[in-house]
Amino acid sequence: MATVRADATHPDVVLLTAGIRANRDTRRSCGRNGVRVGHSAVSVRGLVRRFGELEAVRGIDLDIRPGEVFGLLGPNGAGKSSTISMLCTLLRPTEGSATVAGHDVVRERDLVRRNIGLVFQDPTLDGYLTAERNLRLHAELYGVPKAVLDDRLREVLEMVGLWERRSSKVLTFSGGMKRRLEIARGLLHAPRVLFLDEPTVGLDPQTRASIWSYINELRKSGDGPDRITIVMTTHYMDEAEYCDRIAIMDHGRIIALDTPEALKASVGTDRVQIETDDDTAAIVALEQQFGITASIVEGAVTFGVPEGELFAPRLFSELPVRIRRVSVSRPSLDDVFMSYTGSTIRDAEANSMDRLRQQTAMMRRSGG
Amino acid sequence: MAVSAPAFRVPERSLGGEVRAIRVMWEREVIRFTSDRLRMITSLVQPLLFLFVLGTGLSTLTSLHTDGINLRTFLYPGILAMAVLLTAMFSAASIVWDREFGFLREMLVAPVRRGSLVLGKCLGGATVATFQGVVVICLAGLVGVPYDATLIVEALALLILLAFTLTAFGVMVAARVRQIQSYMALTQMLVLPLFFVSGGMFPVRGLPTWLLVVNRLDPLTYAVQPIRRVVFDHLGLSASVREQLDPGVTWNGWPVPTALCIAVIVVMGLVMTAIAIAQFSRED
Repeated sequence: MATVRADATHPDVVLLTAGIRANRDTRRSCGRNGVRVGHSAVSVRGLVRRFGELEAVRGIDLDIRPGEVFGLLGPNGAGKSSTISMLCTLLRPTEGSATVAGHDVVRERDLVRRNIGLVFQDPTLDGYLTAERNLRLHAELYGVPKAVLDDRLREVLEMVGLWERRSSKVLTFSGGMKRRLEIARGLLHAPRVLFLDEPTVGLDPQTRASIWSYINELRKSGDGPDRITIVMTTHYMDEAEYCDRIAIMDHGRIIALDTPEALKASVGTDRVQIETDDDTAAIVALEQQFGITASIVEGAVTFGVPEGELFAPRLFSELPVRIRRVSVSRPSLDDVFMSYTGSTIRDAEANSMDRLRQQTAMMRRSGG
Repeated sequence: MAVSAPAFRVPERSLGGEVRAIRVMWEREVIRFTSDRLRMITSLVQPLLFLFVLGTGLSTLTSLHTDGINLRTFLYPGILAMAVLLTAMFSAASIVWDREFGFLREMLVAPVRRGSLVLGKCLGGATVATFQGVVVICLAGLVGVPYDATLIVEALALLILLAFTLTAFGVMVAARVRQIQSYMALTQMLVLPLFFVSGGMFPVRGLPTWLLVVNRLDPLTYAVQPIRRVVFDHLGLSASVREQLDPGVTWNGWPVPTALCIAVIVVMGLVMTAIAIAQFSRED
């Protein structure tokens, strides 16, 4: 089983991404069993969703290729969940259209439902039934053929390491076990597109890593048109890096869409952090000598420059302040988000919470 | 061990698929009920309290007017209806429960008609409620009602209809309730008035006008009436006693035939099922 490291650099994933991309063109022309040939796994045009006055999704366009692991990244309240709910036929779009596995999410709701698997943030299991009973119930609702059911059941339960616990009632399961069982259930009926809404939120690092290892296994399984497409939302930057492509959402819009590498490259600068004897003097000197605007982040003078490794040695010779420590890092997706929105994801989340609080307070006052 | 590419696809929508959906929903209700012994007992406590405690206690006051018929015997048909009423309403509560704990969403995204889900749910609740009715039927001997095959079959048939209608009523109510506490409070508010007004505890004649009117509007009236007919048919009562204790429901002086009472129950059950289905079909 592949293990997943939770650090920022992971060459294995980059290689994997490249491999998938090479396969993709051969896959496009294939198709069978009601899935239209040459179509995207998910295609979205001008999608809008309003809740009264609030515009949660403000017109997005999106094409997700078959077999891709696609991430929707953004702070809470950016419109990710509304978008995914519309794609899953759980929410009607106010405007625009979307197809999933070649079927329209409004007009062909049932065909969409037949071809998707869903894993939500909140558990949707029946705690009073056993794990196996939950899966069998699901299989019946989706009409999984009897002949394959037993094998399939064992396969998905073994994948998430719950085969031994199949006869336990779900209410005895931990949060991580429940999530794993939901993933098994989401895969049971062999969906073409698997939607994962914040699949790792609220889980311990170990379980998060194991969930990613399942996703990576899925990505390796099958080939051609049989490879499952995975669409997920997350607000964990480090996890988004495992996706083949990501769309960064903010305030109901997609503000950037590309591979994690391309997005990071688009930032164009590396992040340099220095600790000095006199930070104020250092900032002034950087401004005057190099024309660089720096600020203090996490207790260190921080700024962005292209090719940071080449720039760092110059600092020691040319900066009039003694440097105690220096670090150069490649831009993370956090920096990408920052460069497109001007704020970090964490700040954006804090702001959206503030807005929410203000709105609630206003509603209370006017309604009171 | 990677998961293999599955060699099957989910089939197209079919009648068989809908029947399967009805069956799994039914099965789930029954499994949950049978695995919860406590619930089996608690939903019987109230009817049995009414029958044996209230019935026994009050019989000392009323024995003069009931011509030798024990008050417990008189109450028995009403208690049958009450056992079904409580269990049916309680079964429907699981919809609210499922909504709160997320399982409802798993069902709502399934590629089957919402109608099949609601129907399966109502049938499951009805099965469970009928089962409780059967337990009360088994107690017939304790209150002087004979174990007669016709009586049992007829009473059972009526209980099945009533159980379905009441579960549909519960599901219809539960469709819009978001919290289990609210549903429980609502049930408390509905169950006892429905039962008291239905005439389960008194003959529905010579009542003050206001009570007469609400009695005729109470759906449970039309269930209690036929059940009482069936039970009293087997007690060997004289015509005058029968007339006194089982006067029958009248609409503005016109005696409502038993068949019409049953029709009222069936039609109400279907209408409420339709409303429940419509409510869940609207849900996004």
